[in-house]
Amino acid sequence: MSTAGSVWTRVEVGLNVLAVDPAGLGGLWLRARSGPVRDRVMAALPALPLPQKRLHPSIGDEQLFGGIDLTATLAEGRVVQRKGLLAEPAVLVLPMAERTQPGLAARLAGAIDMGAGHCLIAMDEGAEPDETLPAALTDRLALHVDLDALPYGATDPVELDKDALAQARARLGQVKAAPKVLEDLTLLAVRLGIDSLRAPMLALRTARALAALGGEDEVDIDDLTTAVELVLAPRATQFPEQEQDQDQQQEPPPPEPEPEDRQDQEQGESQSLDELPLQDILLEAAQAALPADLLAQLAAKKSGRGAMGGAGAGAKLKGNRRGRPIPSRRGRLDSGNRLDVIATLRAAAPWQTIRKQESRIERNLHIRTDDFRIRRFEEKSDRLLIFVVDASGSAAMTRLAEAKGAVEILLAEAYARRDHVALVAFRGEDAELLLPPTRSLVQTKRRLAALPGGGGTPLAAGLKTALEVAIQAKGRGMTPTVALLTDGRANIALDGTPNRAQAGEDATKMAAAIRLNEFPAMVIDMGQRPERSLKALADTLGAPYIPLPRADANRLSSAVSAVLDA
Amino acid sequence: MTQPFPFSAIVGQEEMKQAMILTAIDPGIGGVLVFGDRGTGKSTAVRALAALLPPIKVVAGCPVNSPSLDRCPDWAHVGQHDIVERPTPVVDLPLGVTEDRVVGALDIEKALSSGEKAFEPGLLARANRGYLYIDEVNLLEDHIVDLLLDVAQSGENVVEREGLSIRHPARFVLVGSGNPEEGELRPQLLDRFGLSVEVASPKDIDTRIEVIRRRDAYEMDYDGFMGKWRQEDAELRDRILAARAHLNTLKTSDAVLRDCAELCLALGSDGLRGELTLLKTSRAVAAFEGAEEVTRDHVRKIASSALRHRLRRDPLDEAGSTTRVTRVVEEVLA
Repeated sequence: MSTAGSVWTRVEVGLNVLAVDPAGLGGLWLRARSGPVRDRVMAALPALPLPQKRLHPSIGDEQLFGGIDLTATLAEGRVVQRKGLLAEPAVLVLPMAERTQPGLAARLAGAIDMGAGHCLIAMDEGAEPDETLPAALTDRLALHVDLDALPYGATDPVELDKDALAQARARLGQVKAAPKVLEDLTLLAVRLGIDSLRAPMLALRTARALAALGGEDEVDIDDLTTAVELVLAPRATQFPEQEQDQDQQQEPPPPEPEPEDRQDQEQGESQSLDELPLQDILLEAAQAALPADLLAQLAAKKSGRGAMGGAGAGAKLKGNRRGRPIPSRRGRLDSGNRLDVIATLRAAAPWQTIRKQESRIERNLHIRTDDFRIRRFEEKSDRLLIFVVDASGSAAMTRLAEAKGAVEILLAEAYARRDHVALVAFRGEDAELLLPPTRSLVQTKRRLAALPGGGGTPLAAGLKTALEVAIQAKGRGMTPTVALLTDGRANIALDGTPNRAQAGEDATKMAAAIRLNEFPAMVIDMGQRPERSLKALADTLGAPYIPLPRADANRLSSAVSAVLDA
Repeated sequence: MTQPFPFSAIVGQEEMKQAMILTAIDPGIGGVLVFGDRGTGKSTAVRALAALLPPIKVVAGCPVNSPSLDRCPDWAHVGQHDIVERPTPVVDLPLGVTEDRVVGALDIEKALSSGEKAFEPGLLARANRGYLYIDEVNLLEDHIVDLLLDVAQSGENVVEREGLSIRHPARFVLVGSGNPEEGELRPQLLDRFGLSVEVASPKDIDTRIEVIRRRDAYEMDYDGFMGKWRQEDAELRDRILAARAHLNTLKTSDAVLRDCAELCLALGSDGLRGELTLLKTSRAVAAFEGAEEVTRDHVRKIASSALRHRLRRDPLDEAGSTTRVTRVVEEVLA
């Protein structure tokens, strides 16, 4: 598979291609920490035939799209317009790209789509796999480069021949690609599990640029193989299936491709049978460039999403729209900000006499851009802990008491942690929302006192109610977590009939639904002996499984806290 | 600046194209929501929509595109009487947009530089009588969604803040697009969209190749490509105009009304908006096809688009709402 040396070769080729057709390729997604290796890449950027402009992840609309130049406006006493960074074609360098908000991503994606000639260099310094550039952008950038594992010794300064690049640029418009080339690239993208149609498109443009660099008038096989390595291989989501002999030893492909998908692939293969050699060469090229740990990466991506429960679980949000006010600070008056008038006046007050003497314009109040104070707020999204408690059977009475105790303890801590608590109990044939999301201790105690027990185990009904509560709470801006407390196997199906097999199936389905909604969960087994079906259920939920026989309220609440804080 | 990729040149995605055309024929249908994967032509289609819309007549210099001088709001101080023809406005609502920018606010620059209290109209004013396009609509911030819901409901934008008291008409058609993997849409906002379409990457190799081929031609041979497809776009626009004129002469039988009502009942959609949209959309389809009368076939054609987003979500139903609608349509309109 790929070695450090060949990675760097690809980087060099990629930079050359980018210098030939910066706007057509959209740009470069550079995943690397700040360091000498990245500096070598950045040093090559001036070879791009566009002015370089730096953005930052929290850049405002006014800077991007232009607007009124406040400094000049205030100084001259008339409205002065200023051009935005996106007004003219440019190489947009975006450092700390992993912190790009969806809003900025949408705007940059729009700028790339409009064909205004921009080229985005996204410098992604993410440390974790899920800390990365928004997919709306990665999809539009032709070149994906990951330098994290690359030692400095394996790199050389990038050499770009300015004259050759200029010639290639001039030639680019005349480079032709045979219709077959299009088909092969599209086919290969499907086989690599790349759904987006932008990928083969970008690969084609890369191949054109490569041909132009080589001084040719038509895209040939070498250009294609390189383009596949550069553009398609980094986007692969599956290993291409082996042809003819379906090797049983081969790693099972991830479950993405649907059956019909597979059919189409086979059709496609039979259609282009006469061109098989070309397909094979391209396929080999792609395989050679696939990251060695593709499967591991894919798995990590999946499980990470389930367990983390989306962005910002109960996290602090520093915004400037609402929440608890924090001190205002000096800032620019661009779109996202609100002026703190009092603080601005206070900042301007001491200077008034001086400014009046200096100013050419007669005015009562002299305010400069430096005086502007911006309002800031901090808010935390509230966490909601949904207890799903098994109240079935006679033994449940003790368990229920412990669960009630745990809820009360957790609620008492809730004032500090800003947690809300809800309680769903399931018994008999159905589940009941005993305690809607609340932070009120008094209300909790009153409702909990009236909780009865006994009957069957309608686990699926309990999970369903929990899911409904969680979806509602999420809509209200809370971050729900589901905690299931039970000891046994489901024996009542969703429709209320005592059918063990159906009940188990329903419970698994509901668990899958909860996972699909990306709600984090935990399963606490309170039975005397660990129950295997519960472990399986926890796996379906993507949740930690915690066996806690004879748990008391304190141990229970600390176990839950530990999982929550993990 | 190059023009966006022409609408008629979009390969496949027939349901999405149909929905866009229908909403252009009858803006009363209430907009389109396009949900789907990345790189399936969502943004392309919406950006291309503008070219299909017939121009409107507005008072020159009016910030809310009023059709006649007496409808211009007082605060705008429109002095001109000229009526000019403008393309139907398609206004982009960016994600990180602030409340001020959407509804309009005190013009702070004027306030600071000349001490004048003036109103600076926002995006809602610009979108009046036109289209408001929200890319990644599911990522829109909640308070902006609230605002839009309120205005979309009343058709009027009221600003009461910072010593300003301003109102102006804001009737627009919402067009949204998004990727469902990145977040859900609130049911209240879902309901405001007349039609909803799900798009997926084409699974058929030939279609995929055709997409790439046309896109490549658009980029490599812009003039030739646009020359060819601009013609098609113009023809489509003429058909839309003809359909608009035809809309009022269409007959709708009670049987069709009954079909609509029965469909909505069987699907258990909330409220009566489902029926109304179903009716209006069927009418638009019939007008587009040049039919004399709205028939059951027309209803069947658009039932999925008009209803799939109005169902209550069933977490156990893995098939998704499209299959549910199709099933019920088969049963009711058998």
